[in-house]
Amino acid sequence: MKEQLEQLRAKAFSALEEASDLKALDELRVQFLGKKGEVSAILKQMGKLSAEERPVIGALANELRTDIENHIKQRVEQLKEEALQASLEAETIDVTMPGKPVMRGHSHPLTKVLNEVTEIFLGLGFDSVSGPEVEYDYYNFEALNIPKDHPARDTQDTFYITDNVLLRTQTSPVQIRTMEKVKPPIRIISPGRVYRSDAVDATHSPLFHQIEGLVVDKDVSMAELKGTLELFIKRLYGEDSVVRFRPHHFPFTEPSAEMDIQCFACKGEGCRLCKGEGWIEILGCGMVHPKVLENCGIDPEEYTGLAFGLGLERIVMRRYNIDDMRHLYENDQRFLSQF
Amino acid sequence: MDLSMRWLRDYTDVTAVDREFSEAMSMSGSKVETYEHEDSEISNVVVGKVLSVEKHPDSDHLVICQLDVGKEEPVQIVTGASNVTPGVLVPAALDNSTLPGGTKIKKGKLRGVPSNGMMCSLGELGLTVNDFPYAIEDGIFLIEEECEVGQDICSALGLNDLKVEFEITSNRPDCLSVIGLAREAAATFGKTLNVKAPVVSIANDGDDIHNYIDVTVSNPELCPRYTCKAVKNVKIGPSPRWMRERLRASGVRPINNLVDITNFVMLEYGQPMHAFDYRFVKDHKIDVRNAKAGEKIVTLDGVEHELTEDMLVIADSEKPVAVAGVMGGENSGIVEDTNTVIFESANFKGSSVRITAKNLGMRTDASGRFEKGLNATMTEEAVLRACELVEMLGVGEVVDGMIDVCNADLTPISFPFTPEWISKFLGVEIPTDRQIAILNSLGFEIEDGNIVVPYFRTDIHHKADVAEEVARIYGYNNIPTTAIRGVANARPTERQVFDRTINEVLLGCGLSEVQTYSFVSPKVYDRIGLPVDSTLRNSVVISNPLGEDTSVMRTTIIPSVLDVLSRNYNNRNEHMWCYEIGREYIPTQEGKLPNENNMIAIGMYENGADYFALKGIVETLLKALNVTDIEFEAVKDNPTFHPGQTARVFKGDVEIGIIGQIHPRVAANYEIGTKAFVANLSADKLFDLHEPERQYAQLPKFPASSRDLALVCDKTTPVAKIEKIIRGAAGKHLEAVKLFDVYEGEHMEKGKKSVAYTIVLRNKQNTLTDEEVDNAVKRVLKALAAEDIVLRS
Repeated sequence: MKEQLEQLRAKAFSALEEASDLKALDELRVQFLGKKGEVSAILKQMGKLSAEERPVIGALANELRTDIENHIKQRVEQLKEEALQASLEAETIDVTMPGKPVMRGHSHPLTKVLNEVTEIFLGLGFDSVSGPEVEYDYYNFEALNIPKDHPARDTQDTFYITDNVLLRTQTSPVQIRTMEKVKPPIRIISPGRVYRSDAVDATHSPLFHQIEGLVVDKDVSMAELKGTLELFIKRLYGEDSVVRFRPHHFPFTEPSAEMDIQCFACKGEGCRLCKGEGWIEILGCGMVHPKVLENCGIDPEEYTGLAFGLGLERIVMRRYNIDDMRHLYENDQRFLSQF
Repeated sequence: MDLSMRWLRDYTDVTAVDREFSEAMSMSGSKVETYEHEDSEISNVVVGKVLSVEKHPDSDHLVICQLDVGKEEPVQIVTGASNVTPGVLVPAALDNSTLPGGTKIKKGKLRGVPSNGMMCSLGELGLTVNDFPYAIEDGIFLIEEECEVGQDICSALGLNDLKVEFEITSNRPDCLSVIGLAREAAATFGKTLNVKAPVVSIANDGDDIHNYIDVTVSNPELCPRYTCKAVKNVKIGPSPRWMRERLRASGVRPINNLVDITNFVMLEYGQPMHAFDYRFVKDHKIDVRNAKAGEKIVTLDGVEHELTEDMLVIADSEKPVAVAGVMGGENSGIVEDTNTVIFESANFKGSSVRITAKNLGMRTDASGRFEKGLNATMTEEAVLRACELVEMLGVGEVVDGMIDVCNADLTPISFPFTPEWISKFLGVEIPTDRQIAILNSLGFEIEDGNIVVPYFRTDIHHKADVAEEVARIYGYNNIPTTAIRGVANARPTERQVFDRTINEVLLGCGLSEVQTYSFVSPKVYDRIGLPVDSTLRNSVVISNPLGEDTSVMRTTIIPSVLDVLSRNYNNRNEHMWCYEIGREYIPTQEGKLPNENNMIAIGMYENGADYFALKGIVETLLKALNVTDIEFEAVKDNPTFHPGQTARVFKGDVEIGIIGQIHPRVAANYEIGTKAFVANLSADKLFDLHEPERQYAQLPKFPASSRDLALVCDKTTPVAKIEKIIRGAAGKHLEAVKLFDVYEGEHMEKGKKSVAYTIVLRNKQNTLTDEEVDNAVKRVLKALAAEDIVLRS
């Protein structure tokens, strides 16, 4: 019987080696290990054995059963692994083929930069306020110390609706409206669309965006105006930005200044980008004119203020190296999808 | 304002030049645009003395000249000019020289004879006969200046000034003058300013200006001061070189001594002047009055103007002889044989001059100064300076006496001087004596604690103005930068958060943001097919537009979106999905502000764009804004949209907007050759409806049960109606109703369609029994049956 078991072992193992799929293995399991299988058939003959032989053969038979079982398991694992490898092989692709396009919307570059500027000022404690674009002459000019016959009106190239209604040329009217409503301390920026009758070309548009800022409080000083704007520019353009303040004139601020930033390209030496000046004009600013405060019912003896205004388009164009302002309003998808 | 540095140095010994000068002046408030050396384009041109002139052997019109140019050997130059004779001095451009306009001169041969340079005409040096009246236009410039042979031509001719171009702000008309800029330069560089009051000799010959002329000022409001003096026995001729040089460098063409004097004084003091020939002032009466309707004048530039009654003129007893503050008349100007001159130095109201000049279309040096508002004090000094120059040049006899009709208040402005406040306001401690020194250098005086503003500074009224004066000379960049003080309590408003959500959602849906002009052509209303009687055709109209294309404020944003789609389609972009948060401007009352309505506009074509793609985006947006229970109602009669693929969007009674396919006719108007889809939603209404607050809902613990129902109904029954019935009948455990199939076709009875729904029910407290689910379905079917919607058999 011992020999029978050995033969059976040899038979089973070679059959298992030959089995090429899981189904064949399953059939072999039944053939050898099932209730009516070949191992059982041998065990049924145990009755004929002597009492001494019986435990010995029994042990051998059980050992054979375990070995076959283990071998089947091993073969199952092996075949699974082979199948996996084959399918991986079959699934191999050209990883250099292009990805599937996903539709992603793009923020307009004006919005992107405006959000950035708004965030910076939010961090400095400025609320963002908006107002009407079609505005009364009073809010756009008179309250800002620009009476009807003021020469500054000529330079602003205003679009008029009627004698007293116009398209705002600056977002300062929002500041006036705010000062009329809110008591100091006031700390706001007012971004928005403004209109001036400039024909469209690479650097001009009859509609553009301004961001103006206003602080009114007790003892606001020019040093704070400088500090605020310098901080803003460093956040926007980097810590190594260098700025300077140059006297200028605006009817609504006194003292008034223009802020220049040192040319990024030549570091102040003078180059083509800065037209040889070494500096690029970036914004206008000043201390709120006492008459403007007075016009809004704020006592200029008690309060002082600082104000500034900058054009968004110019910042955007400089940021992305856009050479033609028209792109910003033509909305060509090939342009927009770059941002 | 073009400044001659040579002239500036007549008043102050500022030595800085070029960039150093420009930077410092810009930083103290007088912005320098650019500067230019007069001789920058001329090199290697010297004074040459013609030694001999010989005929050219092979030419009738060329001559061969030997010139002494201050070197050991004479230089041979061949020329075609006929006015050269031995002994004359000429500008000699030597080999390798340059002339204005980039001309380069090299030696060569003319008809076989070597020529080692060129003799120059006035024009070739960039000059005119106005600069050197003794010279001729055509021919070599024969120099009559005191100079040396071999001397550089620019120094010999005084063509070596530095011209500095300033951009003067509108508040500083005093800096539209050499003395004004000299004062600024002296203060900037810490130098002294030397300006002497003009001195005119007194003839005591019994003659007096009142023997010559009568002046009446009929409109003292527009002419606060009129000053004049007379000069007799005038000798008209060219003015001296120093005067011509200064005028030329200032960009003013020299004409003759008397005219040059008026221009010189205007440039020097900033006070425009005028000179009349006394003979042409009819009846020797001057009246400063408003023009009469229809009155005409030919101005000095030879142009005839028709005047209107709001314009101020200088008139004689009969006719206008000058447009006040703008330009003199041709009928009364200085001519060659002028014998007696009236110098007018007057003050005119700026706004009136500005409007007159604008309406006549002639802005002049004079009007540009007057319109900024000059002080009347200056007229007297200016007219005296003109007379002083007449005497200095010896070109006439100044008649004693002056006519001065003055209705202006000449009291200087004065208010308390507050150095402590100024320091606090600027944020830097500037000692009082330093402040006073700065102010003195600019012409201010401090008297008994008050600051006295010099008459020429019409822009100083308040201590803040004084602070600026101190600050700009102290140096803006010497003021420290300090952090802003006070409590900062800023946050985005609810509206800003709302806008941000819209942007996030729409970008996430694959739409790109666009920005379009708020003004449009009124023709867009036709292009989008608006009915002729539509109220949307009533726009806010710009009275002075750049052109028709940008002449009205849009009442609907839809044309702007179509424009973007059109441009992209025609630029051959395969697809475009975009949105804009923009305004529509709806007129209210005449003279009042319009309503500015905020809209969310979506436009799309291709890449899967269809009605349902658009609707899905709108639904996603509304869900993100927490605006629920939205209804879509078919619209058949909006001419902009496709009658079968358009819906109005409602929440209850509130109409939020419209979505749909653009009518093919309208798409064709915009040259969009594919189906275009547009939504226009009111952001303002959505803001009122939206619910930013959210509460967490527990995830379900018990399983849901679902049943599929295939129903048959009339083809025309909107699925929204079926869904409404299901929702109304299914009971409290209904969780979702999902439409998963709509079928119309051959297996259906005519006029019918099949719609299939999955109904999901769930009890949050326990598992639903089959019976509960069955009952719910029974209720639903019963309710549907009442509307002739039955289970498909």
